[in-house]
Amino acid sequence: MNTWVLFKRELSSYFATPIAYVFIIIFLFLSGIFTFYIGNFFGRGQADLVPFFNFHPWLYLFLIPALAMRLWAEERKSGSIELLLTLPITATEAVLGKFFAAWAFTAISLVLTFPMWISVNYLGNPDNLVIFASYIGSLLMAGGFLAIGSCMSALTKNQVIAFVVSVVACLGFILAGFPLVLDFFSGWLPHIIVQTISSFSFLTHFQAISKGVIDIRDLIYFASVITFWLFATVIFIEMKKAD
Amino acid sequence: MMDTIVKIQRLRKEFGLLTAVDDISFEVKKGEVLGFLGPNGAGKSTTMKMITGFLTPTSGTVSVDGFDITQQPLEVKRRIGYLPEGAPAYPDMTPLSFLNFIGDIRGLSASQKQQRIDDVVSRVNLENVLYQPIETLSKGFKRRVGLAQAILHDPEVLILDEPTDGLDPNQKHEVRSLITQMAEEKVIILSTHILEEVHAVCSRAIIIANGKVLADGTPNELESESVNHNAVTITLKKMDNPSAVREILVSIPNVHKLETLNESEVLSYRLQPKSNLTIVAEVSQMAYEKQWEILGLSVETGQLDEVFRTITTTSNRIN
Repeated sequence: MNTWVLFKRELSSYFATPIAYVFIIIFLFLSGIFTFYIGNFFGRGQADLVPFFNFHPWLYLFLIPALAMRLWAEERKSGSIELLLTLPITATEAVLGKFFAAWAFTAISLVLTFPMWISVNYLGNPDNLVIFASYIGSLLMAGGFLAIGSCMSALTKNQVIAFVVSVVACLGFILAGFPLVLDFFSGWLPHIIVQTISSFSFLTHFQAISKGVIDIRDLIYFASVITFWLFATVIFIEMKKAD
Repeated sequence: MMDTIVKIQRLRKEFGLLTAVDDISFEVKKGEVLGFLGPNGAGKSTTMKMITGFLTPTSGTVSVDGFDITQQPLEVKRRIGYLPEGAPAYPDMTPLSFLNFIGDIRGLSASQKQQRIDDVVSRVNLENVLYQPIETLSKGFKRRVGLAQAILHDPEVLILDEPTDGLDPNQKHEVRSLITQMAEEKVIILSTHILEEVHAVCSRAIIIANGKVLADGTPNELESESVNHNAVTITLKKMDNPSAVREILVSIPNVHKLETLNESEVLSYRLQPKSNLTIVAEVSQMAYEKQWEILGLSVETGQLDEVFRTITTTSNRIN
């Protein structure tokens, strides 16, 4: 109930400030650039949205921490955290309300990319199930990034620090599946741990879902990443709310 | 029904090596307006933050209506209306949407909420700014939004951290009369470093410095601690021999000390009595006998700011 009240306040506050419009425009603009120019959408001659979705992890790497950095750091800075947390609302409700509002906002941005889907349907006969699954995967990945960003934001009252640390943490989660990172570990860590690190990668799971197969394990993966980071957020808020 | 009681027992808060609040205990009953007095950094805000559940005490307990702040924080928070220092709010919201949000979190029904918002808006005079973003409002209006938020759910306990800080004299007066209006049916705890405010609104005052309670009583009781309590100020028409007058005044029984205020145009002296005795009758009797021409004669109640300075500076010296 309280989560819902806070959710509504947070979501409408995105639209009360320029944040929403700037974010949505930049998101749509960049995904267009990536898809059509860098992703060579037309040159590939295939009716699918693979180039569009392929760039999402990299787009999110910068845009999501920018969205998440204000979640708690701003409350700390302005002192409104004292108001919020002395209202009859638990830290868990507050963390969830803020997170879901930010997540719903990214969902709205994602929905607004629908012209891309219309174009590809106009130009050919894509597998719409695959596209739908990719959207789900992209949204889940955005949730993962947001949960990380929420936690970093809870640790500081400085939004720049929250942003930079979130980018680095998110980068770690993207790169965890790349040879660059795995080679670094494989020399001195047991194989099983290297495998575990690789299984933490957002990319591995996102790409699996983007193939059109919504595997329960990938869903569980994103759900647990989100839960873990939100849980950490609650702990940090409880511990450090007055700092 | 039992009176609402805020009970604070041996409350303590340490930040690393610093002890911000050091074993504070007190109780406040319904109908009381408790003023928290103290120099900056005395531990006033820290204590309030612990009562409202924002800070967790290092040790000690806070209970409101028998609910413990660490055991049942939500029950306590429901009963409290809190104006944090600086009256923080969400700058992008309008006062109306902000109060609606607070009403929703407080669990008011739609009709209750509408009625309460109408009530508090007229109480703190927010009618004209209801649709302006809070960030564009003046300091005085921001403070009123904070107050409106704190009293929206008609709480049993009201905790106000420097409610009149930064307001102009008219606004201060408005806020004080608002507090006085609500005093009867609530427990009100407010912090201030404006001593006249204590007289204006508080039925009881606690002076704290360095995290310790140094004095606790009604404003009048605190004033009686003053060396000038019951002191007599006498002003006489100018005479030739002021030192003789001084000698006569000091010789009056129970006069402890004489302080010369003025000897140039008139003769004006303040006489401090021995240990709270009244001396005004003796002084006027003496003036009558000597046939002095009295221009003024008054009894002082003592000054709170002097008591405050004495108490808080001696405690600093001890530490």
